[in-house]
Amino acid sequence: MSTPSTPQSSRALRMRRWRRSAVALWRDFKGQPAGLAGLIGLSIFVAIAVLTPLVAPSDALSVTQASGGRMAPPDGEYWLGTDEFGRSVALLTLYGTRVTLIIGIAAALVAMVIGTLVGIVAGHFEGRVSWILMRITEWFMNLPTLVLAIVLVVVLGRSIAVLVIAIGITSWAGTARVIRAQTRGIEGRPYLERARALGAGHWYQMGRHVLPNVTPLVLASTIMAIAGAILTESTLAFLGLYDPNNLSWGMLLNRAWSNGAMSAGAWWYVLPPGLMILVVVLCFTLCGRALEVALNPRLRR
Amino acid sequence: MASGATTAVPAGSEEAPAGTAGTSGRAGIGTGLGRYLLNRISGAVVSLLAVLFSAFFIFRVLPGDPIDNLMRDMQAATPELEQALRAEWGLDEPLWVQFWSYLTGTLTGDLGVSIQYQVPVMQLFTDRLGPTVLLGGTALVLSVLIGFSLGARSAWLSGSKFDKRNVNIALIFFSAPTFWVAMIAIIIFSRELRLFPTGRMVSAHTPDRFWPQFLDIAHHMVLPTITLTLMIYAGYLLTMRASMLDEMGNDYITTARAKGLRDAVVRRRHAMRNALLPTTTLVFMAIGNVINGALVTEMIYTWPGLGYTFFQAIAVPDYPVLQGLFVIFASATVLANLAADILYWFIDPRARKA
Repeated sequence: MSTPSTPQSSRALRMRRWRRSAVALWRDFKGQPAGLAGLIGLSIFVAIAVLTPLVAPSDALSVTQASGGRMAPPDGEYWLGTDEFGRSVALLTLYGTRVTLIIGIAAALVAMVIGTLVGIVAGHFEGRVSWILMRITEWFMNLPTLVLAIVLVVVLGRSIAVLVIAIGITSWAGTARVIRAQTRGIEGRPYLERARALGAGHWYQMGRHVLPNVTPLVLASTIMAIAGAILTESTLAFLGLYDPNNLSWGMLLNRAWSNGAMSAGAWWYVLPPGLMILVVVLCFTLCGRALEVALNPRLRR
Repeated sequence: MASGATTAVPAGSEEAPAGTAGTSGRAGIGTGLGRYLLNRISGAVVSLLAVLFSAFFIFRVLPGDPIDNLMRDMQAATPELEQALRAEWGLDEPLWVQFWSYLTGTLTGDLGVSIQYQVPVMQLFTDRLGPTVLLGGTALVLSVLIGFSLGARSAWLSGSKFDKRNVNIALIFFSAPTFWVAMIAIIIFSRELRLFPTGRMVSAHTPDRFWPQFLDIAHHMVLPTITLTLMIYAGYLLTMRASMLDEMGNDYITTARAKGLRDAVVRRRHAMRNALLPTTTLVFMAIGNVINGALVTEMIYTWPGLGYTFFQAIAVPDYPVLQGLFVIFASATVLANLAADILYWFIDPRARKA
């Protein structure tokens, strides 16, 4: 990159600084095999989620057109056996990827928005506002979140939107806390002092100076939050709180459970969806941890 | 869940100095403790009120009418029945009247009557509390012992193979859906190997004497306890490890080493003692995790505790049970946090300094 001699617009400068820090971040991330493995794993999952509905036979989910036996063990035609209707467990598991990922990511985004907003506001304003917001955050943090999520889904009804909201509302507190601490650190920096001296309003300070500085941390924390959201979704679905029209891995495990896969010893019905959950959650966790390390060199030991 | 436990820092460590900020330097410990207690207890009371408000808000104000939900699933639903149910639950009264009777009812221990069992929720609670405390308590003690000792050793040998293996195993159990681990455990140990029962707390044919009952319950408890322990120990391990790593960078460790103390002594007497301060209070604060875990574990092993009762109420849906247990579970976490704060005052002198 050559340094231009002509003065640039502040926008171009900012873009360049962003690009440079993104390149540096990628370099630090790339240096961690675990994080890289997580990222590769995630791209495979995304590919499965996108491609399955396009490639797989469209009647794979149909109960009436299923041709296999009832909970038949794996054979040449059905690699992973069949479910209680005779559908292929392998295809069902692949289909489940999409809804599981969508709910997990959407719920984490809801949590991210609430958590970032609360965190920045609580970190920016001192005194009463901050105190009240942190008490609320603490309250949500200590609550048995699964119980609260269950109660919300039971009352509001079993649909994807409700699941996303219930999981989002119960999981933002950790993010808020981390973001608040980071905001506190940024608040003391000279450029914010300068902005204040020039008469910048609260929302301008938070939006223009604090938000860009906490964004990388928000990203790392959101990726970790997706892992948690997928686990919560699976648990809720397993407890029977799933959207019946949208197949997820947790719902598959619930069907396996309630249709006696355990007493039938149908391990091929239980093993694949659970393994998928484990691997996808692990991938998100590895990615998030690697990103945290790349962002915070102090963690490198 | 995963991110929460890795980044969890006991609130006490951050809040404690703020709580006593008002006390001047010459104030004695007695007045300091008084202020601290007052501060914490009033905070807990506000949290408890917030629990009560939110329960009312969720069940009575949010869209989603309990009677409508109930009627939809019922075979012989008639308008008369609907009217009767509304009158019985007081749902035909104005909201503020409902709130007042709910508040006074809950505060006097009246949590309504279960739909499916037709007994007061409070009685259901006292009946089912024992098994949950037994299972949750055992698993909590085990996971604290395992998590703390592995975490401390792991930090001490940080970067070693032992450390890496510990952290990796913890991460896997963090990532695994516990209910699924339990399902696999049942298939392997109960169905195939026939080592343990698949569920319940006691067999029907066990003689009603102490030792046979004791052994039978212990036998039934093995798988649920292992499941719940695996679910919660990883959080303790990672927190202890982080706390220990923090302490290891301190000068007093170097001093202790320079004095020529044995490695194990430095670890146990010096580093671990200090690392335990923030982590001990975490045990109380993670009571919410234990409740979450107990819910899933009890459901899978049909363990007759509060979690199983809550699960059974979901499908009905048994609103009084759901609401009552929600209030109880949430209140338990608030009280556990209060206990953690008070404990923190006694174990960490730094909390007392203004």
